[in-house]
Amino acid sequence: MSDYRKMWADLGLDLDAHDQLLQALPPTYHDVYLTQTNRPQKMDYFDFVVNEIHGLRIQELQQHKQQGGKVIGTFCVFVPEEIVRSAGGICIGLCSGLETGSGEVEKILPRQICPLIKSFMGFKLGKICPYFESCDLVVGETTCDGKKKAFELLNDYIPVHVMETPQMKRERDYKLWLKEIKDFAVKIEDITGQKITAASLKQSIIDTNAKRQALLRLASLRRHKPAPISGKDSLLIEQIAMYDDVTRFTQKVNELCDELEERINSGTGVAPANAPRIILSGTPMAIPNWKVPHIIESTGAIIVAEEMCTGLRYFEGLVPEDASSLEEAYANLAQRYLNINCAVFTPNNNRTQRLMELVEEYQADGVIHVSLSFCDPYSIEATQVEKACRQAGIPILKLETDYGQEDTEQLKTRVEAFCEMLR
Amino acid sequence: MRRAGVDIGSRTIAVVVMEEGKIIYSTVVDTGYQPNETAAALLTPFAAPVVATGYGRHAAKASFAREIITEIKAHALGTAYLFPEVRTILDIGGQDTKAILLSPQKAVVDFVMNDKCSAGTGKFLEVMAAALGYDIGEIGPAALAGKPGLKISNMCTVFAESEAISLLHRGTPRQDIALALHQSVAERAASLLKKISFVPPLVFTGGVAQNPCLVKLLSEILSTTVYVPASPQIVGALGAALHCATLI
Repeated sequence: MSDYRKMWADLGLDLDAHDQLLQALPPTYHDVYLTQTNRPQKMDYFDFVVNEIHGLRIQELQQHKQQGGKVIGTFCVFVPEEIVRSAGGICIGLCSGLETGSGEVEKILPRQICPLIKSFMGFKLGKICPYFESCDLVVGETTCDGKKKAFELLNDYIPVHVMETPQMKRERDYKLWLKEIKDFAVKIEDITGQKITAASLKQSIIDTNAKRQALLRLASLRRHKPAPISGKDSLLIEQIAMYDDVTRFTQKVNELCDELEERINSGTGVAPANAPRIILSGTPMAIPNWKVPHIIESTGAIIVAEEMCTGLRYFEGLVPEDASSLEEAYANLAQRYLNINCAVFTPNNNRTQRLMELVEEYQADGVIHVSLSFCDPYSIEATQVEKACRQAGIPILKLETDYGQEDTEQLKTRVEAFCEMLR
Repeated sequence: MRRAGVDIGSRTIAVVVMEEGKIIYSTVVDTGYQPNETAAALLTPFAAPVVATGYGRHAAKASFAREIITEIKAHALGTAYLFPEVRTILDIGGQDTKAILLSPQKAVVDFVMNDKCSAGTGKFLEVMAAALGYDIGEIGPAALAGKPGLKISNMCTVFAESEAISLLHRGTPRQDIALALHQSVAERAASLLKKISFVPPLVFTGGVAQNPCLVKLLSEILSTTVYVPASPQIVGALGAALHCATLI
């Protein structure tokens, strides 16, 4: 990785702090990922991507920028990445899965706030995220009050464009959202200097759909018993989906799926067929937040789906590819994105309905609901999720945690006891 | 056939050895600074297969234990052995409070635990006893003699301690403060039990079940009899030993 030091220095990273970050990651990744047995071979690409998380991909972004391209950073599955690419930009998800720079952050943010918000602010203020430092624009949204207000502060350090995501799904909300998408398109054209055309948008819709279809294929293979791939590996792929090159990523996921199909045909799994099957539901898990999945799978249980933004909410639902005009394509985008079952919506019954379907489809034995501390929408909606599960006779465990490791033992006891109940 | 169970907790280590379905030995010692070594030394003389539970279970499995189970399952098994009718268990240990609901067949159907802080646990009572100048065995009986009416509003160990100390400075009798502290612990435990919609009979286990004031307050708040085993601290280890007997 030594070749990258000049690039990091040129990007203005705090090299000492960045070194510390990079030293902390490999042992975590080794313990959580590389000690798994019977992993699919094609995971080697995703291991490589993580290994080069601040190297090769950043180099690609820099090459893109040297040729006049722009890089747009996001935090949310509501931001239509198709628009960024249709104007020649690269869209990437930003770092927010690790507690960092909290001393600096607490100067401007309250101490008791969502760890994800604290994290992205820490990455920016601490100058340790090369993705942040590569961005020409950050796109925020109004999916919660904490993020909404934090984006105002973030705007002091990097240009932020905020999209107003609706709180309900009525006709007038759809109209607002469509307008937001069109405004976003204008903003992106402005930044990249490239016009979005019906043809360019159509192409980026096709490319993004292909990525979603690859992820949907992976998801559907996880319905099999025994599970052909671990939940931790699947989550990693879903996390990487947000910042890797779209075409290459799609191809690599499909190659992995080919291998998983062979595994299914030969009855090979990563856990015995009778291992308890868990669906994770709740708040997103950004890299490297693998704490709860690692605890769950260390008990011998297997995670078969993530009803999360780093999961099904990101790739369920395709955008129609046959729009006859730019206007129609924008309308299709608005419709697809407004269908996401985020807890910011009221009411949000579709989420619990979908979760109940997933339990059937994935032959799950139980649901573990995980919300980040201080995340009101998901922590409160956990009550409805619990109620729906209990009515359907589905065992559920509710957890609330942050990025710290000090509650690991307590979480282990809860998760192990829950899995004992399922066996 | 000899079988052993060990519960390696945050404050104590309990060992139970069984033979032909009967307890032939049990002991409780302080956890100390080398819990795994202490537990292994206690078990060595019995040369029996061991199942471990408690916070130290994973370390025990890495060295001497054949199998591990969680404290939740261990308390369910141990309590059902002692009280075959039990439907709900309240376990208050050194660092955790757990409420466990059992089916009529004694399977765990639901459980809740306190958050990561030690509020309302044995550790909380230890700190408060020290602040009021009592031994841990004295604070419960003293609280029984306290006058009701006082309220401690903070459940954080540190804040509640400073609240208790400021009451002492105002000249409040220490047994009244002790009663108020017990009241808040009992209410917290009761709310955990309500969360799992508890069903009587209720059995109270763990070291804190030795506290007579808490037993009395809990039975008043919940309007139900609170049963306490003769040795509430060994119930987890007993459950582990019973589980061990099913393995081989």
